[in-house]
Amino acid sequence: MLLEIKDLHVKYGNVEVLHGINLYVDEGEIVTILGANGAGKSTTLLSISGLVNPSQGEILFEGRALHKMPAHQVVQARISQSPEGRRVFSTLTVQENINLGAFTIKDKGKIARTRAWIYELFPRLEERKHQLAGTLSGGEQQMLAIGRALMSDPKVLLLDEPSLGLAPLLVKAIFQTIQQINSTGVTVVLVEQNAKAALRLAHRGYVLEVGNIILSGKSSELLSNPEVLDAYLGGS
Amino acid sequence: MEQFFQQLTNGLAVGGIYALIALGYTMVYGVLKLINFAHGDLFTIGAYLGLTLLTSLALTDHVGGFLGVTILAVMVMGLVGIIGILLERIAYRPLRQSPRLSAVVSALGASIFFQNAIMLTYGAKFYVYPQDLLPVMPVNIFGLSIPLMRIIILAASVLMMIALYLFVQKTRIGTAIRAAAIDQGAARLMGIDVNFVIMIVFFIGPALGGAAGLMVGVYYGQINFTMGWIYGLKAFTAAILGGIGNIPGAMLGGLLLGVVEALGAAYISIAWKDAIAFFVLILILIVRPTGLLGERVAEKI
Repeated sequence: MLLEIKDLHVKYGNVEVLHGINLYVDEGEIVTILGANGAGKSTTLLSISGLVNPSQGEILFEGRALHKMPAHQVVQARISQSPEGRRVFSTLTVQENINLGAFTIKDKGKIARTRAWIYELFPRLEERKHQLAGTLSGGEQQMLAIGRALMSDPKVLLLDEPSLGLAPLLVKAIFQTIQQINSTGVTVVLVEQNAKAALRLAHRGYVLEVGNIILSGKSSELLSNPEVLDAYLGGS
Repeated sequence: MEQFFQQLTNGLAVGGIYALIALGYTMVYGVLKLINFAHGDLFTIGAYLGLTLLTSLALTDHVGGFLGVTILAVMVMGLVGIIGILLERIAYRPLRQSPRLSAVVSALGASIFFQNAIMLTYGAKFYVYPQDLLPVMPVNIFGLSIPLMRIIILAASVLMMIALYLFVQKTRIGTAIRAAAIDQGAARLMGIDVNFVIMIVFFIGPALGGAAGLMVGVYYGQINFTMGWIYGLKAFTAAILGGIGNIPGAMLGGLLLGVVEALGAAYISIAWKDAIAFFVLILILIVRPTGLLGERVAEKI
């Protein structure tokens, strides 16, 4: 077990949004977390990254207590995130954004190699490397957010709704790239509303509903589960 | 024409000082979205520390005026920078999660604290810097005779601004400062220790402000414990003028304000000098509330 969440509770003010969830991720897996808006998917990822502090529970990564680390140490521990809404640094150039992703890496040669790989994954980013990130299209910004997160050479990549607001063709391309990233040995935790596509890509999935995990299992099982079909796959 | 260029260069020298102070406001606003109302008083502390070190160490007697003042500037910048870091730790960091207004009140409190601390330490009188620390002999440039000191003051502020600009644009920490100013959460996801970034900002801003205080002492010769109020207000105006949070904006705003003020004082009325500066502020708030360089890039959704 690479990453484990035990009895995680998170409160925003007085309102509890996660009511004690448990999940685990094995090395090399793609695990997806599904659920409707407000189910607590993003909160779960932000808790792993240390941007949100749990009120109770544990998050363990290779046996280390992530919930006690400040956010920047989580990146040093090699977990990075492409957050919801992409959050690229819009007034910095594409290349500056990419370089910032490698903030925790000291080895200049390694940074250059990773950057070359990312430009290979997303040639559009290299074409536009001197452009301000805010002038990119939504799809390109998504590529930038993923590329930037990869620059820290993560063992675990957290992706929050990479398909949001993208044209179907682009969604397909992004999902293919995620597969490609995973095949290099990066473990992926994928939060998605696009349940069908996410389950086709992932090995396993969890279904969150208003702060509780109501279902979990192999993707193939979830894909054929009538409950999931009904609630998240439009009954098809 | 002669008078115009004299006033122009004088305005640029004063404007450079405004710009150095404005940078402190704008950098802190950039990362914390807080107006550090105590910043003007850090500038005053720079002026007083400069005088104390000047008279107690007598550096200028040993190594000459220019080198002496340079060493002094480095010392003042370091000390005021450290005071800036302490200010953030004590007055602002504990309120980071509180409503914005709490930090503003804390900033006003810190300002009153500093002002009174200076008054109690030094007394409520005017102090005079030794004269002719830097050579005042006129230098002939394009047929204009300009005091050398004015040129040195302007050159020093421009040099510091260039250094800051290069630091912020080209270095790893500088890029981290810009990233934290855009989106603190996303910066933390990059592995940036935002607390460290804030500490750096609270060193650099006050250090530049402290240098400006020393410059005012050397250039005008006279300091007192309330000087931070009016200079702070002018520099704040300059920061707004350029676009608060924008570093080149603060530089441009400072220089522009200095020139407008100097020309206004020469051609309209010297008594209206301060009024002209604040008229510029009101005008900019009406015509272009984001400042001259504010929000250069439209966000694409």
